[in-house]
Amino acid sequence: MTDKKISVTRRGALALAGAALGSGAVTGFPTIWAQNIRNITLRQLGTGVSGLNPIAEQVKKDLGFTLQLTVTDTDAVAQRAATQSRSFDIADIEYFSIKKVYPTGVMQPIDTTKIKLADKIVPIFTTGKLTPQSAVAQGTSPYSVGFVENATAKTFATQRTPLMTLLPTIYNADTLGIRPDLVGRPITHWKDLLDPAFKGRASILNIPGIGIMDAAMVAESAGLVKYADKGNMTRAEIDKTVAFLIEAKRAGQFRAFWKTFDESVNLMASGEVVIQSMWSPAVAAVRSRGIACTYQPLAEGYRAWGSGLGLMRHLSGLQLDAAYEYLNWYLSGWAGAFLNRQGYYSAVLETAKAQMTENEWGYWMEGKPAASDIIAPDGKVMEKTGAVRDGGSFQERMGRVVCWNSVMGEDRYMVQKWNEFIAA
Amino acid sequence: MTRLFPWIQTAPLALVLAVFLLVPVGMLVVVSFYDYDAFSLIPAFVLTNYQELFTSPVTWQTYLKTIYFAGITWAVTLGIGFWIAYHLAFVVQNATLRMVLFILCTVPFWTSNLIRMIAWVPFLGRNGILNSTLIGMGAIEQPLEFLLFSDFSVILAFVHLYTLFMVVPIFNTMMRIDRRLLEAARDAGAGFWQTLWCVILPLTKPGIGIGSIFVVVLVMGDFATVRLMSGGQSASVGLMISNQYGAMQYPAAAANAVGLLLMVLLVVAAMLRIVDIRREL
Repeated sequence: MTDKKISVTRRGALALAGAALGSGAVTGFPTIWAQNIRNITLRQLGTGVSGLNPIAEQVKKDLGFTLQLTVTDTDAVAQRAATQSRSFDIADIEYFSIKKVYPTGVMQPIDTTKIKLADKIVPIFTTGKLTPQSAVAQGTSPYSVGFVENATAKTFATQRTPLMTLLPTIYNADTLGIRPDLVGRPITHWKDLLDPAFKGRASILNIPGIGIMDAAMVAESAGLVKYADKGNMTRAEIDKTVAFLIEAKRAGQFRAFWKTFDESVNLMASGEVVIQSMWSPAVAAVRSRGIACTYQPLAEGYRAWGSGLGLMRHLSGLQLDAAYEYLNWYLSGWAGAFLNRQGYYSAVLETAKAQMTENEWGYWMEGKPAASDIIAPDGKVMEKTGAVRDGGSFQERMGRVVCWNSVMGEDRYMVQKWNEFIAA
Repeated sequence: MTRLFPWIQTAPLALVLAVFLLVPVGMLVVVSFYDYDAFSLIPAFVLTNYQELFTSPVTWQTYLKTIYFAGITWAVTLGIGFWIAYHLAFVVQNATLRMVLFILCTVPFWTSNLIRMIAWVPFLGRNGILNSTLIGMGAIEQPLEFLLFSDFSVILAFVHLYTLFMVVPIFNTMMRIDRRLLEAARDAGAGFWQTLWCVILPLTKPGIGIGSIFVVVLVMGDFATVRLMSGGQSASVGLMISNQYGAMQYPAAAANAVGLLLMVLLVVAAMLRIVDIRREL
């Protein structure tokens, strides 16, 4: 449904060699011989979250080759990667999907010795911990599926190795979105989703792998279920979680279940729903219509997700070199700043900071009140002077992640039970 | 040589159908016996997919629900479709006006299915046009919640989407009814209802049969309408398959698809037994 192709127009091969040399002098890119590179096209498959045209345009400008983006939904990315891996070159894919996709052997590991800023990547991805003191969150954490021992390995390494499955690019901490004007009381816990006061006005997302995690956060918060690991539930835990979902559904708690970004925006903006699972840019989209919407931090913490770029197995030669150029470019600052300005987080923070104004950095990353209006990448005013980001700083938000989007051992059983919930 | 002509004439279609229909359906059946885990398909011959499918009460619930949607939608589209076709064929006398009205019926089809569905959302919503109008008129105090994200809205959308599939074949067969038969019926003393029941209805049966097959097959295979209009609250077999497909559980989805295929074939076979549609083709 949301399948669309965006291909970047080949703007000016004019003075390519010169431009390449010029930009090379500034940013250290590209190192490939400029004559060959302009003929290269890298095909990238990903979701609408980061499959953004301005990135492809900037790649053309900075690196000289064409990045062709295909955008579809999370499930479809994983499917195509596993079943039609030759139809594209680079997978922009979530870590919980990679847990399924990488073992099928369609991808090649990323040699981090070729990644200049590999050591600058946020430690969440390299050690599993934001700070040396913090605990590794439950679920499919990027660290647990981020590395392999050798080029042919089909299982993940238990510690950091020089070979990465994905180069992290974008991640965030998710929570519930609310309509502060309509909920009528402060929302503080995940269990508030079940408050009878919101009967018929709550929603949860219907993507089993993510929805079950939100449901688990709610069940645990309400004291209904105690999990050993929310990201890897036992059958009994799945049964209990789905049973409470069905009970809530029968009681008429939910107005609807959403599957796509737009649906969640419309449910919230139209007032059909006042409290629901939500993604950060969806909250921004509701707000941009002039409707109050808060991405509410909750006592139990956040559910996080992350995605990165992976190289498909068939890439080789000059194309592979170009892909590495692209990966290096992604960490070099422009892309990071671009994503940070939309409320996501970038893998290397220092380079992104250098590309952002002090005000932008303060608002998005440090939780400071905006000193002047915050402008969205498309030029619209996103937040007025004085606004503070929901949830505060990077440390406050990412430091309170309690679980990651997951693929469980009992995945097959879970999807079966999830279908029962939807059919109930 | 001339004996070969019919074969040569049908060869292109047969080939296309073989490659693009029979082979995929064959694959579907094969895969439905595969085993799988979270990461990959395992070629095998296991019955677990069918076992899991048919021993789960959810499956039966969902199949019943799908039949329920198909049944009600069929009855309503038939009721509406028949009278629209009747009006066009017998009441409107002017051929130009008839054509204009017929084209008018197809106007909604100039936009996509999806848009026609989504258009209902702002109309039926809690703060939608209908509710605010009713509240404004003082007819109701609280917004009617059942209007959207319910079975009601699903069936409403189905009827809106598929009534034309009923109108066209019925209209077509009605236009072929020899008008002298109607005159003869009147001359023989038959009233309106008797003419309708004893002359028009039997002669329209093939059209009704074709329209019914369209509507029932479309509704039974649907997943987008059910998901959008029920807000994900209701299930259909198609939606169940799409969920399994989304979780990369292809063998389970394939087994489910085979089940749905069999059910649809059974329904169509039953309809063909009642109505001989070939008479009109």
